[in-house]
Amino acid sequence: MTAPAPAPPPPPLPPKTSVLADVATGIHDAFAPVVRALDRFGDHIILLGRSLAWLPRRPFRPANYLEACEYIGVGSLPIVLLVGLFTGMVMGLQAVFAFRQFQLESFAGGTTGKALAVELAPVLSALMLSGRAGAGIATELGTMRITEQIDALESMAVSPLQFLILPRIIAGMLMAPILSLLFFIIGMAGCYFMAVVVHHVDHGQFVLHTRDLLTTTDVVQGMLKSIVFGLIVILIGCYQGYNASGGGRGVGMGTTRAVVFASVAILISDYFLTDILLRVMSSDAGLK
Amino acid sequence: MSEAPLNEADPRWHLRVRGLVKSFGTKIVLDQVDLDIERGKVNVIIGASGAGKSVLIKHFMCLLRPDRGSIWVDGTDVFALGGQALSKFRRKFGLVFQFAALFDSLTVEENCAFPLREHTKLSTAEIKGIVRDRLAALGLDGMQPMYPGSLSGGQRKRVGLARALVLEPEILMFDEPTTGLDPLATRNVDEMILAVVERYKVTSVVISHDMASVFRIADRIAMLHDRRILASGTVDEIKASTEPYLYEFIRTSGVAAAGAP
Repeated sequence: MTAPAPAPPPPPLPPKTSVLADVATGIHDAFAPVVRALDRFGDHIILLGRSLAWLPRRPFRPANYLEACEYIGVGSLPIVLLVGLFTGMVMGLQAVFAFRQFQLESFAGGTTGKALAVELAPVLSALMLSGRAGAGIATELGTMRITEQIDALESMAVSPLQFLILPRIIAGMLMAPILSLLFFIIGMAGCYFMAVVVHHVDHGQFVLHTRDLLTTTDVVQGMLKSIVFGLIVILIGCYQGYNASGGGRGVGMGTTRAVVFASVAILISDYFLTDILLRVMSSDAGLK
Repeated sequence: MSEAPLNEADPRWHLRVRGLVKSFGTKIVLDQVDLDIERGKVNVIIGASGAGKSVLIKHFMCLLRPDRGSIWVDGTDVFALGGQALSKFRRKFGLVFQFAALFDSLTVEENCAFPLREHTKLSTAEIKGIVRDRLAALGLDGMQPMYPGSLSGGQRKRVGLARALVLEPEILMFDEPTTGLDPLATRNVDEMILAVVERYKVTSVVISHDMASVFRIADRIAMLHDRRILASGTVDEIKASTEPYLYEFIRTSGVAAAGAP
């Protein structure tokens, strides 16, 4: 008779935890993404603050600002104009067909103008800007980071924040409203073409209703939003590039994040900005 | 030989590291590092890849700040500096990066002129003259209009060196100058380092793990291993060291270490 095999040792008991500790861990884990998002948000604000702190300090390097304005503004102009033209045309077309049911086609200009000025021009031009300039900046700075060019700047006693990031942020805030304004103007031209030239809306009526409905306040409101959108797009692009790591793949992921985060941030901040601006400078001139 | 207090300039030691501790997150990279860099000599820091050599020299010019510890350059506490004083202090250093870190968007000439444009009030003609002089000294005259993308690895390193030299640094640092170069290009870079040290009378700090190259150029060697300085001394002292890891490191590299067991 063989001896019975020794009983296997009992499995180790799981460490004792109180219910409260479990609940605390659960809450902590559930809110981890929120905490992380707030952390990232704070990082962006810190980057912005540290960059702006360089604004009043010498050397000012106007050439860097001009170059950034050219890259962000002039470089994005063709695509913004193209998108603006077709947006205005499609809005004009829709408006003419919608208002025709009530024989109010001549309102096409005013309604399209209002939509373009306060929402479509700032938002769509900022989205275009993030796809072009935001992504470009994230890639450029990311490549400079991983090839140690940013370290090289610092080793030569030049602040990368002052040299690379500040000019881009300022250029973004200057150029975005201009691009938005041009988007609006060419969009109105597209709308006029569809309504008056193609669909024979009366020129005088079109202009009259446009002047009734559309106010300077609308255009200013749109441009104020654009300044914030320009800041968001360029700041996120700079952040992703400046903090890039992990070689070419890391730069690519940073570029993707720059576009996705900026697009989401534009649309979310648009709601809050609109809410604030409507309280501060609501334009009801057209309703009087 | 007696040593001056840390807050005074020492005739022999140009740069002194004391008790340096640096960690990234939970990973401790440097732990209680003490190191002396000798004035006017070629000081080589050796160690395995990822041992923290680059991290160490980035502290020298305050590109990184430590968790604890101090670095003294001619009686100046490096980490006490900030703003303009730090900016001015960094100009004492020239750093030649592993892959040169030239600005892609600038030509060879603009790359070399960059530190002069930023920190001096020299005229364009004077800057061009200085750049031509430095490039010629490194056998690169005539390459001014080329972009870094069209240069070979060895040429890029030489342009990086020329750029580091234009402000006449007191301490010249090389981050793995011979990594990725063929044996002849490696010898060229070694000769170039020796020529530059001879000509400009700079203190130089070289990071390397290429022992053949190290023995060609070094006056002093320090080995960084397991987060601290394992050994440091003159070339002969290091060759005679009985420290097992150091002995193994030198022996495996195929360069004979005389005197070891």
